[in-house]
Amino acid sequence: MTAPAGQAELGPVQLAAPVLTVRRVDAYHAMTVVAPRIARAFRPGQFVAVAVGGPDSAMLLRRAFSIHDVRGDHGGTVEFVLAARGPGTRWLAGLRSRDVLDIAGPLGRPFPLPRDPASCLLIGGGYGSAPLFPLAARLRARGSTVDFLLGAGSADRVFGAQTARRTGRTATITTEDGSLGLRGVVTDALARVIHEARTEVIYACGPMPMLRAVTMFADRYEIPVQALVEESMACGIGVCMTCVLPVTGEDGVTRMTRSCVDGPVFSGQAVRWDDVGTIPWDVLGAPGYRDAAR
Amino acid sequence: MPPVDLRTRLGHVELPNPILTASGCAGAGRELSRFTDVAKLGAVVTKSIMLEPRSGRPSPRMAETPSGMLNSIGLQGPGIDAFLRRDLPWLLTQGARAVVSIAGSSAAEYAELARRLSDAPGVTAIEVNISCPNVEDRGTVFACDPDAAARVIEAVRAATRPGIPVFAKLSPDVTDIAEIARSCVRAGADGLSLINTLLGMAIDTQTLRPVLAGVTGGLSGPAIRPIAVRCIWQVRQALPEVPIIGMGGVRTGRDALELILAGAGLVSLGTVIFHDPGACDRVLRELADELARAGLARLTDAVGLAHRQPASAARNHHLG
Repeated sequence: MTAPAGQAELGPVQLAAPVLTVRRVDAYHAMTVVAPRIARAFRPGQFVAVAVGGPDSAMLLRRAFSIHDVRGDHGGTVEFVLAARGPGTRWLAGLRSRDVLDIAGPLGRPFPLPRDPASCLLIGGGYGSAPLFPLAARLRARGSTVDFLLGAGSADRVFGAQTARRTGRTATITTEDGSLGLRGVVTDALARVIHEARTEVIYACGPMPMLRAVTMFADRYEIPVQALVEESMACGIGVCMTCVLPVTGEDGVTRMTRSCVDGPVFSGQAVRWDDVGTIPWDVLGAPGYRDAAR
Repeated sequence: MPPVDLRTRLGHVELPNPILTASGCAGAGRELSRFTDVAKLGAVVTKSIMLEPRSGRPSPRMAETPSGMLNSIGLQGPGIDAFLRRDLPWLLTQGARAVVSIAGSSAAEYAELARRLSDAPGVTAIEVNISCPNVEDRGTVFACDPDAAARVIEAVRAATRPGIPVFAKLSPDVTDIAEIARSCVRAGADGLSLINTLLGMAIDTQTLRPVLAGVTGGLSGPAIRPIAVRCIWQVRQALPEVPIIGMGGVRTGRDALELILAGAGLVSLGTVIFHDPGACDRVLRELADELARAGLARLTDAVGLAHRQPASAARNHHLG
């Protein structure tokens, strides 16, 4: 599992990565693996695709996880966060130190960074906050300010609340059951946070309805949104065509766009959130598209 | 032990090795090239190309099943113009051999695609995906009707430059696959690709609804390998001289050898690429080892070999 000769050094690679640690973090698991080439090439927003179940697994599809952290120890480690909900993720959560994971990465387009220092609001739903922490570090290093707005159903499902409080200029937490922070969802707190932080750029990751609501809200203030989508993928490398959603390009044409190679980060304003899960009539190549275009 | 001679033929075209990508599982090679050297493959079989750009079906398009998956992509693709402008030239600059899969909704559409591809330089072969609904016959799938399949193949063969082999890709969802195979060969197919996915379905017991937005989908992966072996076996028996590209659930070199022993001279890798983007290199390596272990110096010596072996010999040889 090595890269072919002549490949650009910072492209994705497939590795047999030894597991360093698997630790429980509230309702989630954080897995750290030794993967120097992935750690070196990583930029915030990118993800890994891992094979589950071992070499003879009956589960064929790779599971995609946002990279939460990279470190320089052991030559380079990569950490990602998972929710052990199905057989594949439960298998992952059961791995132990020195087990070996078949992992490909870093995959996908990273978060674009503002050219000049800006007031950035990072919004995470559930463990969708995981990719926001390396982004926050990168933003701060470039002189931007970072405010956090994290939400989930309950306190144990808010990932990284303490880190957000420690490293953000402000950190606002919402839970639907009120067990941590404000009772409600992130969009309930959005107006106040944007106002107080004088937000210029929003980065968001979480469930589709949250990303849709955040984008619609930000539109009112004309604040650009960079949204990291959590579409389900089969391969993660751009060949299976399952992780598509309707995205409007700069040419004004909407295409069924792969979130693995053309995302997972999209301009929130370019995604046709209301049409996710459908084929809009005016998408390139939709049934009757030629007639409609005439 | 001298290295195994892996050369094989795709119609009259010689390929350095028998491992191809299966249509729809490697795009047009570009994405996969980040993980595997596409020039070292026997050939890249492209995702099926149609005349016009096509959006495909809504999501969810995929469901994982035991040792397999269902997909309902709906042939999303850029159309022949973009393919000829962007994808085919890229494959050729990489030094890859391009087998172009084509799909249409009428025999005339298939023929037009074949003509366009014949005019373009560098097409190694055409694979005709006839598992598409025929709009001129109430949406009956071409591959399920020997006459409709033959009409498409005849039109494609007539429109294709003589130097380019035409392979018909057959569906296993038929009563007698050998009958369809005979019909396609009579219509001018230079070879057969066996097998396409099987039609399947999954229902989400939480939502109480079908998992796929397209309701039904194509089942692929190791779960269907025994069906591929059976289809290849039956077609090889019926048409021993006709070249076969085998595909269906191949995951390892051992699996590839199984299809070869049944009668395939080439093997396409599909769903396994989603699982392991480095699968092509690995399976080729494993296949060479398997052939060497079986004492076969040339790949071509193994093609269809299971038909010639007495049933009593080596019966338990491959029990893992």
